[in-house]
Amino acid sequence: MNQRSSNLLDEALGLDQASEPWPLKGRVVAIEDRVETSGSFILHHLLKRSLSRNSSNVSIFIAFAQPFSHYDRVLRKQGWNLVSQRDNGRFFFFDMLKLQCPVGDEGITPGGGLIALYGKIHKTISALPEISQKNVSIIIDDLSLMEVAANGSSDHVLDFLHYCRTLTSEFDCSLITLNHEDIYSTEDGSTFLLQMAYLADILIKVEPLATGLAADVHGQLTVSNKGRNKASNFHFKVKENMVECFYPGRSRD
Amino acid sequence: MAKSICIALREGALEGELAPALTIKDSIASPFGLQVFDHVLSQLFSSILAGKSPSQGLILVSFSRSPSFYLELLKNKGINVASSDKRIHILDCYNDPLGWKDQIVEISSTVTVFREVKHMDKLFNSIIELGRGLVGGGKIRFSIAIDSVDEMLRRASVSSVARLLSNLRSHEQISSIFWLLHSDLHKARVTAVLEYLSSMVASLEPSHQLANGQRGDLENFALIKHNSKKGKFHVRFKKRNGRVHVMSEEVHMEQSGINFTPLTSEGAINQGLVPKVQFNLQLSEKERIDKANVVLPFEHQGDNGKPLQIYDGRRSLVDSKHERAVAVENVQTKEESESESESDMQRGEIIYYRDSDDEMPDSDEDPDDDLDI
Repeated sequence: MNQRSSNLLDEALGLDQASEPWPLKGRVVAIEDRVETSGSFILHHLLKRSLSRNSSNVSIFIAFAQPFSHYDRVLRKQGWNLVSQRDNGRFFFFDMLKLQCPVGDEGITPGGGLIALYGKIHKTISALPEISQKNVSIIIDDLSLMEVAANGSSDHVLDFLHYCRTLTSEFDCSLITLNHEDIYSTEDGSTFLLQMAYLADILIKVEPLATGLAADVHGQLTVSNKGRNKASNFHFKVKENMVECFYPGRSRD
Repeated sequence: MAKSICIALREGALEGELAPALTIKDSIASPFGLQVFDHVLSQLFSSILAGKSPSQGLILVSFSRSPSFYLELLKNKGINVASSDKRIHILDCYNDPLGWKDQIVEISSTVTVFREVKHMDKLFNSIIELGRGLVGGGKIRFSIAIDSVDEMLRRASVSSVARLLSNLRSHEQISSIFWLLHSDLHKARVTAVLEYLSSMVASLEPSHQLANGQRGDLENFALIKHNSKKGKFHVRFKKRNGRVHVMSEEVHMEQSGINFTPLTSEGAINQGLVPKVQFNLQLSEKERIDKANVVLPFEHQGDNGKPLQIYDGRRSLVDSKHERAVAVENVQTKEESESESESDMQRGEIIYYRDSDDEMPDSDEDPDDDLDI
């Protein structure tokens, strides 16, 4: 039941192909959400898919938004114990909530928070067994809070993301990021979103329906997959322990 | 048009002339810039290898993609970089542009890592040094390709980037140069600066403009899908004689790669936008002829033998009053006659006073369009 209803999202992302342990490897996935439609459910979904798909898959979660207990609670409802995954070396959690990023004007200072974070990620991946090195997902929740931690410097965040992208070339890992579309209203701010749109191989937009609020449908997803040259649009409803995706007018309820 | 660009870059600069420079410009609505860049790169490099160009080598400055991607790309196009007599060298500004990494794994001898992208003058020196190392000194020329100037513009000032590009163009050993720019990442004046520096500007535009403020509209999504596979390719050439030549083509993204075709007629493009419904919205030839032959009820078309008299709104007041009285009578007559025989269209008259001279008969325009609330 779980598998079937999320299939539209999996299909759009290429996760329906059973041939590879992690079809998203080497790709950058950017999720853009809004206040009315939070996109964090996609992060949880991808984390779950990564863990369930293959035992050699590893996830590195960089959390600016919530503490470990929150994600543990969410994934527990979906049948996954993050504590045991962490102990088994399949789940690495970088708690950035208390990060005071002493970045200042130049990010090149040895104590630069984002540089250090990059170094830590690189070290973590390098230390993994070779089979897992090829199937790593780096998940960032979320970019706007990373910008806050970097004292508002989107340039430093973009530099950090560039370096994470070099990891996708070096190790074939996947990079999954979440950002909020509606917080950038000025002209300068919107270039950050555009930079991410250019950087991403797969862009997922989580938006409310054009017609307004509804009880049966929480919003719509638009997935643009550059690699497969495919675009999909469908509705979703977030339930207690899963998300249901369906084409307009075909809700099961 | 894409062919003309490649030819111009291949031919390079004449003695005492600035090197031809191409800006490939795209936006998020039509993000094929990188594919066009790849196309131009492989075409130019093939020409260099075949000896068809005065340029003896190519320096590729990569910011957006890993050098391994380009080595793979050229290999897929049938160009073996290893055996290409050292005609290409890649300046790697992708892997460690800011020097964050402790150590770099060397990919290949054709790649040199550059770690100080904030310093345009150092970048300039590295490019020239690599070029000389590739083709030698003196007057032997080489070409340059810059993956994207966006990264340069993000890390250095517009003026320093412009100075770098301008100096490269005027260097005696540079045959030709081209770069990619994402126009929506920068202010218009920055794009303009780079366009002024180029002798050719190739811009990619979506086939169909999306309607603003209509997110979630199904038709809008159909347009997004359409725009993700094809677009328009406009090229502006500044010729040696001072003339500016503008040409357009259609560009298609296919599995095999990128394809350029001449522009189809507007009608054909618009036909693709007619919503797919179950009834036929098109007119057949016979229907079109019949439509042209229909007698419009309010305009005299000389059908009842009377001479064609179209009211032009310039009658005097007296005449118009008289006319109105006549009209009233006529309407009454018409009503009477209609009640007698409805099918008889010849009897009775409808006098139609046009509101203004400018108004076309049976205009399709909605007068509400002029409302500006």
